[in-house]
Order: sequence, then structure tokens, then C-alpha cells
Amino acid sequence: MEALLRLEAVETYYGEIHALRGIGFEVRQGQVVTLLGANGAGKSTTLRTISGLVPARSGRVLFEGADITRLAAHSIARLGLVHVPEGRRIFRGMSVEENLDLGGYSVVDEGVRRRRRDAAYAMFPILAERRNRDSSLLSGGEQQMLAIARALMSEPKLLLLDEPSMGLAPRLVQEIMRTIRRLNEAGTTVLLVEQNARVALRLAHYGYVLETGRIVLAGEADALEKNESLAKAYLGGGGSKPERAAAG
Amino acid sequence: MPLYEVLLQQLANGLILGSFYALVALGYSMVYGVIKLLNFAHGDLYMVGAFAGFGALSLISGWAGGGWGGIVPAILFSMLAVGVLGVIIDRVAYRPLREAPKLSVLITALAVSMLLENVALAFTGGQYTAFTTSLGFAGINLGMVHVTWTQMVLVGTSVVLMVVLELFVSGTRHGKAMRAIAIDQDACRLMGIDVDRTIALTFLIGSALAAAAGVLAGVYYGSINFFMGFLIGLKAFTAAVIGGIGSIPGAMLGGILLGLLEAFGTQIPGVGSEWKDVFVFAFLILFLVFRPTGLLGQPEVERM
Repeated sequence: MEALLRLEAVETYYGEIHALRGIGFEVRQGQVVTLLGANGAGKSTTLRTISGLVPARSGRVLFEGADITRLAAHSIARLGLVHVPEGRRIFRGMSVEENLDLGGYSVVDEGVRRRRRDAAYAMFPILAERRNRDSSLLSGGEQQMLAIARALMSEPKLLLLDEPSMGLAPRLVQEIMRTIRRLNEAGTTVLLVEQNARVALRLAHYGYVLETGRIVLAGEADALEKNESLAKAYLGGGGSKPERAAAG
Repeated sequence: MPLYEVLLQQLANGLILGSFYALVALGYSMVYGVIKLLNFAHGDLYMVGAFAGFGALSLISGWAGGGWGGIVPAILFSMLAVGVLGVIIDRVAYRPLREAPKLSVLITALAVSMLLENVALAFTGGQYTAFTTSLGFAGINLGMVHVTWTQMVLVGTSVVLMVVLELFVSGTRHGKAMRAIAIDQDACRLMGIDVDRTIALTFLIGSALAAAAGVLAGVYYGSINFFMGFLIGLKAFTAAVIGGIGSIPGAMLGGILLGLLEAFGTQIPGVGSEWKDVFVFAFLILFLVFRPTGLLGQPEVERM
């Protein structure tokens, strides 16, 4: 089966820092794939390289068989590969509804945009209640829902989620994970970056473990869950955190 | 004249002056909002706009007349030409420096300002150019205060432009994208927003508004020169700071307030009209010291 997303020997630098050292993996249509690893292992950098926010120095990123390595980030987003970044990055100071409209920026037809907005409100009723509120006044969980709902406005084929559970109470983590499962069952392919490996593996079909910019372990989620070296892998080998330092 | 008529006269003067300031301040503030650049060349676009409008009016006044029939197309031409010039300046001078330290871009903006002024100086020989129109002094009398139709149309045109801008920025997807870019450029890219094109759009609109103000000022004052953009650039900056730089309603409010301050300030005993610039910039300093976020601005950590 043709992979929806495929990375081949991708190397990425932040200035002098060699953040990704030859990453290669694939995400198949309909799957939830998770990238695990410690702080600074290169998980976020991998997502940022795929979505075009940071350029790969070498290697290739293929989406639906087409080379997107050198495309601008906004062009990649318009192909249906949408990245929900770490820290949610909602547009603070703008209302919930405006945030959703911006998610649907590439949808020119106002009617289509309105239908998708209504679908987002149906999926996240709390956002409908808060639609005219300044998004920075939402709680952490609500902001994460808004970030996901905003990404769904363009009906992505592949959703990159960077630590959606970060900073959330356990009950909310469960809710977000249920949401991701629902999205996947509805046909969206998901590449999920998580520090919370146990939660991620329960959801994922397949997983990769990163350590200092390399993939050190790969396998079916069930197998990874039982793997003894996994605990060691995501506690992290080195002490440096190049990714966090550079990404700020 | 009785006092209330003096005040009424100054109110009219202040509103006209203020609407020019507001139009120029809008571009200043919009550009600052999206790329955090104090575009010191912005005032000079007002000057170029005045000349572009003058040139267009000279060409067409033969058959369109020197009244509004000629002035309106001249304004539209000037807005388009200077809007495009603004986009070119961004593309050539500022975009290559998007990742550079802000000071480098700031110095580049000063260089662009000097370039525009000196090109205009070379073309005009430093002379004042008479901006002649066939608009008369007809109008309405309020007591001893005479307000011409021209003055009312000037203020009206400014208000219309500002309302259109506000509707565009708050209501359309491109307008929302402009505001979003001011908040988080990377997040915008992830939404499929072409950040460079949206910044270019900001320059287009901001420059066009400055050009409109330039032509309107030419019509109002009756003469233009290569240096006319310098002082209004500083005043528009002041207006943008008073309103809260980066805020569109703030720029409008700041511009009008500054115009009124200047008009009424000259009426304070002991403060003659030769002190009006001192008066204005004293306010700038007061705001920078005591309320750097302005009247409507958002608090922000990083400032130039």
C-alpha cells in the first residue's frame, strides 16, 4: 500500500544544531501513528520539518507520493496536511469564531466555511457556547479543542498533532484522545507526537521512538507497549535539549 | 470673534488635520502590526501620493475639469500607483530582511525615506508646486465660521476610507489574515495563509491610504513639495502611538485627537502656532513615558 506520508533520510538543522539525523518513516492512509521520545529528541522538529516551518537540509518528504520537501508551509497546508503545533498557538485576541474562520482560510466559499464551522461546533459544543469570546480567555482544554477544530476547518487528509495533552488534567487528556480516535474513525489519518507514551500507544496503530534525532525503535503499538527498552528510550539518552532551545 | 466661534473654527481645522493624520497613521500602524517595523518611509509615500495625484490631475483636468470630476480619478490613480510603490518597497527593501535584526530594517526604512525625498527633490528642484483646483470657497456659515464644501468632502472622504478599511479588516478573510499575522505568523502559515502576500497586501492598503491623504492635503493646502511627508510622518507616528500602535481604531482615534490637540493647542494663551509642533511632540513623549501602549493598544513586552 502506498504511504500517505513518507520521510526519507531527512536531516534538519537549527543553525549549528543538528536536530534530525536521517529520519525515515511512513504513515499509511487511515492510521494513527505516534512519535515518542524524550524532550529534545526531535519530535517537534520532525513535525515542523514535514509542515515546512523549518527546511530540511537533505532528504525527502513525500505526501501522497509528491515531493513536498521544498514547498512553502502555506502551500503544504493547502494540500491537506495540517499541523496543530505545540502550545496550540491559537490567535489570542481574536474570537473563537474568527479562529475557526482562519482555519478555513483556504476555503473561499463562505457557505462551505459556514457548514464546516457548524460541524466543528457540533463536535465541540463548548466552542459553540464560547463562539464570540476572546480565545485567550478559554481554558487549556478548550484551547486545545479550538486548535484541533481550527485545523479541521480545511478538512485535512493528514493531521499532525504536537503534544495535544500537554498541560491538561487527566480527564481532559482522555477527552482529547477520544476526539482523536473519533476523527481517525471518520477517516482522518493522524501523526501524533506525545510525551505521554502510554496514552499515545493506546490510541495508535504504529509507533516510532526518537532519540537525539534518530529513530531507534519502531513497531506496532501493541508490541511497543510491551517493549522493555521503550521505557529507557523515552526517558532519554543524552541530557541536551537542542530542539526546545532552538524552537523557543 | 467670540470664543465659541474660535473654538468652532479650531474644531473644523482640527478635524481636517486629524483626518489627514489618521489616514497616514493607519498605514504606519498596520505595517507595525504585521512586521513590527516603524516604516519611516511611510510619510514620504504621502508626499509621492500628492505628486502622483497632482500629475494625474494635470493630465486630465483639460477635459475632466479641475473640480471633483478630476480630483476623484486623480485620488484613485494616486492610491493605486503609490499602493504598488509600497508593495515594491516592501519586496525590494524589507522582505529580504525579514529574519534580520529589527534595527537593520529600521535603518533601511530611513534610507528608503531619504531616497524618496531626494528623488522628489531632483524632480522638483526643491520648489513648491502649486496644486491648483477649481474648487471654490462655497460652503456653509455657522455664525462667523465658514466651512467650505471642500473641507467637508475632505473629512467625509477620510471617514469613508476608514470605515471601508475597518469593514475589510474585521469582515473579510484577507482582513482577518492580516490581523492574525500580527499575532502569530507561523500559525498563519499552518492555516495555509501566504504570509508574504498578506504583508504585501498590508503595504498596498497602507500606502494607498497615505496617498489619498497626500492628494487631499494638496487639494486643501494648494501647494506640495518634496519635504511635505517628513513632518506628517512624525506626526502620524505620534498619532499611532497615542492611539496604540498596531491598533487600527487606535490610529484613527489618535489621528483625530492629534489634529484637535494641535488646533486647540495653538489657542492656549502663550502657545502660539509656532509652538504647535512642540506641543504635539510633547504629547508623544508623555505617552511614551506614561502610556507606551497608547489608548487602545495591547500591552506588549517587546518594543522598538
